[in-house]
Amino acid sequence: MSLENERRVISVIVMNESSVLARVTSLFAARGYNISSLTVAPIPNSDMSHITIETQGSPRVMEQITKQLHKLIPVYKVIEHEEMVEKEMVLIKFPIVENLSDISALCSAYNGGIVNVGTEMVIAMVADEPCRIRHFIEAAVRYNPIEVVRGGVVAIER
Amino acid sequence: MECVIMQMSGAQMVCEAIIAEGTKTVFGYPGGAIMHVYDEIYKQNGFEHILTRHEQAAVHAADGYARATGEVGVAMVTSGPGFTNAVTGLATAYMDSIPMVVISGQVPLSLIGTDGFQEIDAVGISRPCTKHNFLVRTLEELPRILKEAFYLARTGRPGPILVDIPKDITVDIGEFVYPAEVNIPTYKPTYRGNRRQIEKAAEAIKKSKKPLLYVGGGAVLSDAYMLVRELAEKTQIPVVETLMARGVMGAGNPLLLGMLGMHGNYASNMAMSETDLVISLGARFDDRVTGKLSEFAKYADIIHVDIDPANIAKLVDVDYPIVGDIKQVLEDLIPSLEDVNTDRYQAWREILRRYDELHPQSFVDSDKEIKPQWVIERIGELVGEQAIITSDVGQHQMWAAQHYPFDRPRQWINSGGLGTMGFGFPAAIGAKVACPEKTVINITGDGSILMNMQELVTAAEYKTPVINVILNNQFLGMVRQWQSFFYEKRFSETDLTFQPNFKKLAEACGGIGYDVTTKEEFDAALKDAIEKDQVCFMNVAISRFENVLPMVPAGGALFNMMLPQKSEDDKGEK
Repeated sequence: MSLENERRVISVIVMNESSVLARVTSLFAARGYNISSLTVAPIPNSDMSHITIETQGSPRVMEQITKQLHKLIPVYKVIEHEEMVEKEMVLIKFPIVENLSDISALCSAYNGGIVNVGTEMVIAMVADEPCRIRHFIEAAVRYNPIEVVRGGVVAIER
Repeated sequence: MECVIMQMSGAQMVCEAIIAEGTKTVFGYPGGAIMHVYDEIYKQNGFEHILTRHEQAAVHAADGYARATGEVGVAMVTSGPGFTNAVTGLATAYMDSIPMVVISGQVPLSLIGTDGFQEIDAVGISRPCTKHNFLVRTLEELPRILKEAFYLARTGRPGPILVDIPKDITVDIGEFVYPAEVNIPTYKPTYRGNRRQIEKAAEAIKKSKKPLLYVGGGAVLSDAYMLVRELAEKTQIPVVETLMARGVMGAGNPLLLGMLGMHGNYASNMAMSETDLVISLGARFDDRVTGKLSEFAKYADIIHVDIDPANIAKLVDVDYPIVGDIKQVLEDLIPSLEDVNTDRYQAWREILRRYDELHPQSFVDSDKEIKPQWVIERIGELVGEQAIITSDVGQHQMWAAQHYPFDRPRQWINSGGLGTMGFGFPAAIGAKVACPEKTVINITGDGSILMNMQELVTAAEYKTPVINVILNNQFLGMVRQWQSFFYEKRFSETDLTFQPNFKKLAEACGGIGYDVTTKEEFDAALKDAIEKDQVCFMNVAISRFENVLPMVPAGGALFNMMLPQKSEDDKGEK
């Protein structure tokens, strides 16, 4: 991946108030920045939320993204992750006719397992690094998945 | 002020907050969703309300009021179309960092999201063109939001704030305690520049041979002009001003080279092209200033002082970034330059002086017709520093910026960033209301003036005698100029030969009209207008094909300027 279009993960700590997410996402849209994935959840025991954004751009664009985010009034902190642990979750639904032990083995190789079994289908969950999630989804194709839901990246600085 | 907790309606709270903030005048237009507030305005005596004839004009008037005084301008509009008409005004103020609070009505909370009558998502629409905006959701938070709105508008990098208030909240009754202080944990602007960076910048200035002060609108907003002048005089470093900074140095100051950029003068643009150290004070390297970025200040290190960190290194690499308020940064910087050797820059000043001699800011006057530049210079001679000059957008704006002898900041009011035609007249009304002792002249064109001409009625009713000097070339002049230069003279939709009778139009609305075709008539009309103290349209027939020069074609390098012809014979156009 070239320096000019480097993948980056940014954490944005915001006040928990209405339309704060819209402020963040419309800033990306208005200034032509890209969002690859986005997750949001409240921070426990606080009136803040943690937004994790996976994006890409040149160093100048990344600097602008960080500064422009900072400028938004409800934004408390912007962390441009350097040394981080990042994880992503995926849920996959397979038809029950597929080989369950193969699926189970595949999932455990990627740090997950089968989380629900019904009469028609099984649901597996895997949480791992984003690139490994991509590999897992590729590997799962041979078991004819019915539906794949990715959760978006979350990250924490080491 | 007694410290009793008072019960009142949301509408009353709005009025009380406006009074508590010291606002003397509100510009607005009533409507369904804001009616309760207007009912309270009727009952109170704390501020005056001026009814413009269009919501856009109300916001521009509040903007002009803010630019003329430095105080927060306040405008009020209703929901739906009232708000959408105000959007251009918000965007205009946002691009030029003007402190303003706009209060809009909204449909009642229960109707939000139902496509109710005159419902529009005001906070959604205004998000990219306000510094911040609020949709009030409970009566309890209304006093805090109003307090924060004024605070956010005037602190840090100033800007317009929208407060959208659902109708039922203006009706509800509750306790009113206007907060004395604001505490927003996520908003802490930096005012004092980093000491070490300032020291480094001072060293760079002392080491440079060809330094240049590049002064922008931030120097006006920060009320730092005396310090900018002091810095220039102490160091004897030449100065260029942006469109937004006209007046900071004062006309006639020997260190002022002029305005730079697309229509900057030769010496200013050459100075920027050859300098070895740019000292940027509250300027943002706008594309109309820089031209081709790779050629802009190619040989220079850059010191960039700005209160908004996002402005620094947005477009050019910066060697000495200083985040802070211009005034406070200069207070720290100037003492560090005590021992500067001003002779060091003597050769540089000499080069620039010769550039200015080679191609001064000039025009060829005529006896046969009125040249627009003559009109501007003549106004300068007749009213000079006594006047506040507003403008619309186009050729007349550039001629005014180039030729008017501005003496002080806040004397020149124009829409620089957004370039809003129709801004000048309502902004002039706002400026006149703020500074009734000044002569307020809107320099406009025959295109721009029609975009808010209904304000003749407002100006006549409230006796705000704004003088509108219409430089009438029967063209949408700036677009026509580009068509002449870059579109082989295909004057697509720019011929404005079909015009209203401007004189009668002004008279029909309660003003005075003048038709001016000679220089003598112009002098007489201007004197009469100043004496009559009544709003007027001065329709000045100017030479049709006059161009704004010098000109750097869009995207070109600053040193590649199209320069004025030195004699009258080149017209080339019929």
